[in-house]
Amino acid sequence: MTSSDPRPSNTKGTNSGRRTALVWLSVIAGGLATAVAGVPIVGYLVAPLRRSNRDEWMDLGPVEKFIVGKTQIVDLLSPLREPWDGDTGRLAAYVRRATSEDFQVFAINCTHLGCPVSWFPDSGLFLCPCHGGVYYADGARASGPPPRGLYKYSNRIRNGRLEALVGHLPTLHDTPKEG
Amino acid sequence: MNSQSPIPDPLIFMPRWLNNVWQWIDFRMGLRDALVPLMQHPTPRGARWWYVFGSATLTLFLSQIVTGICLALVYVPSADQAYETLQYLNYSASLGWFIRALHNCSASGMIIMLALHMTQVFLMGAFKYPREMTWLVGVVLLLCTLAMCFSGQVLRWDQDAYWTVGVSAAMAGRVPVVGPSMVHMLLGGETIGGQTLSRFFALHVFIVPGALIFFLILHLYLVLKHGISAPPVTGQPVDPKTYAAEYEAELKRGEPFFPLAVARDAIFSSLTVIVVCGIAAWLGPQGPGEPPDPTLIQATPRPDWYFLPLFALLALSPPELEVVAIFGVPAIAIGVLVLVPFVAGKGERSPRRRPVAVLSVLMIYLVVGVLGWVGYLSPWSPDMFAWSGTPVPVRMIEGLSPRELAGAAVFQNKTCRNCHALDGAGGKRGPDLTSVATRLTHDELIRQVIQGGGLMPAFGDQLSPAEVEAMVSFLETLKPRGQPPAESPVASDR
Repeated sequence: MTSSDPRPSNTKGTNSGRRTALVWLSVIAGGLATAVAGVPIVGYLVAPLRRSNRDEWMDLGPVEKFIVGKTQIVDLLSPLREPWDGDTGRLAAYVRRATSEDFQVFAINCTHLGCPVSWFPDSGLFLCPCHGGVYYADGARASGPPPRGLYKYSNRIRNGRLEALVGHLPTLHDTPKEG
Repeated sequence: MNSQSPIPDPLIFMPRWLNNVWQWIDFRMGLRDALVPLMQHPTPRGARWWYVFGSATLTLFLSQIVTGICLALVYVPSADQAYETLQYLNYSASLGWFIRALHNCSASGMIIMLALHMTQVFLMGAFKYPREMTWLVGVVLLLCTLAMCFSGQVLRWDQDAYWTVGVSAAMAGRVPVVGPSMVHMLLGGETIGGQTLSRFFALHVFIVPGALIFFLILHLYLVLKHGISAPPVTGQPVDPKTYAAEYEAELKRGEPFFPLAVARDAIFSSLTVIVVCGIAAWLGPQGPGEPPDPTLIQATPRPDWYFLPLFALLALSPPELEVVAIFGVPAIAIGVLVLVPFVAGKGERSPRRRPVAVLSVLMIYLVVGVLGWVGYLSPWSPDMFAWSGTPVPVRMIEGLSPRELAGAAVFQNKTCRNCHALDGAGGKRGPDLTSVATRLTHDELIRQVIQGGGLMPAFGDQLSPAEVEAMVSFLETLKPRGQPPAESPVASDR
């Protein structure tokens, strides 16, 4: 370092207007570039936040497959699956045929923290392996930490086949509680 | 400042042409100017083996980068192929099993070294003035490491990983109002699928390592800037007004960083690598377990061992406090760590004069250890196969009447063993019933079975009256020989 003050000497006057304009221009250009690139990038990143209900009616099988008074597990493909999902694109649901017309379709996810519940036909109970939540055969909460009964999928019968409205992973606040 | 380097200048041994090449590079890069002052910089005496844990953590992190790159040469982060590529690494890729094992063991080792490093820094007061910022950056590094561990576990895309993501989503989903949005951000959509795995891959390979390396460089810069702290001396508290002069005096008595201080770091880090490699070769790779298929209902997801204490804490929380516990406990823990240099930034450094600090560390290790052990045992989980896989102990059915035997069969078939143990075998969710007849009377047993209560469901609808009577008659035989059965307290009228 040879000079005592390395900063350029402050020249007020003819050049200060141009300097101010350049500084402002850099701020505006920078802001514009950030917006032009940033808005679509941020839009891409927060896209999952936009809630879209893309559940679909999926076929669970002919009505005759389901025995009156029994609960059976059904495997199906998720309507929300992508081509590269592999096994994770599958879904399971419990179908209970209480009477010949009365069907209930339960999600396998425990309402406590989502672990898959197992059906024990001899005792008529759903048991969750994670924290011991228990549900009765009709899906009502029996004991343990779950805050509500099992999540139910809407179901209907079309052309002699049972269908259920499935897709999204059921969690506590985005699955309606049935009255 | 001690400028006598104990190692002779290697340049005098080099042939002239090599010397010229070296001079050309060094003049343009300024390597000697940058590195020699660092190597010769004094470090306080007495800065002995307690200080090696930070560099051991760094060494294991470098091991993670190297093994991670090796894994990335084969692993495909696609939900339909990740499992197959993991199997390929385990069984087909040459020494792939060892790379997977080393990556897993280095992760565990890094957590252990990190804990030791944090404990040592805390107990020796090295976070106090002027190194508070170093501590704060260290807290960020801790969070980054935990994020790497969590996302890495998901990349081992098996049943545990699938349900870990599911449980995490369910936890997020319990937050009112914003829960569903958090779920969608975590999953990359409305369901667990390919986008979920890709998301965690981007986190594990790009986002968190980038942040981690940035904060690591910051951490090392701060360590260099403020120097290695001297070992604490009882009766010599940290006072910002006098610290700079005290530290300068300490450095005058110091030894150069290279080679002795570095030697201790190098020896311990090398030992760490050798031990971790040995454990990895012995234990082998972890998993993958069953394929990540949600239609495989028989799943018992568990996090990796370093998350077991948090897992146990959440399992043991009362239901009303669950959402608070899920988000509050980590937030409070991080808050406490961040506050440490502000609450205790000055004053005594020696642990002999800091009973609160020492007791806090002991308590934390005790609580975390106990929670981890309980998380490993997880007694709150029913034993899903006990009803068919764990028969009634033979001694308990010897000499039973036919009705009592039928009752024992009912007891098994109605999955009671999944929650109740007999002679210690069976589920631990409910009480062991080996001597239940000494505690509950006939009527109390009937009531308990039919109506349930507490953690037990009501079995009234699942059992016929005959089955109830048979099972209760079996339960009434469950007492030590010679001990009287339970009796209701009734005024004797004899």
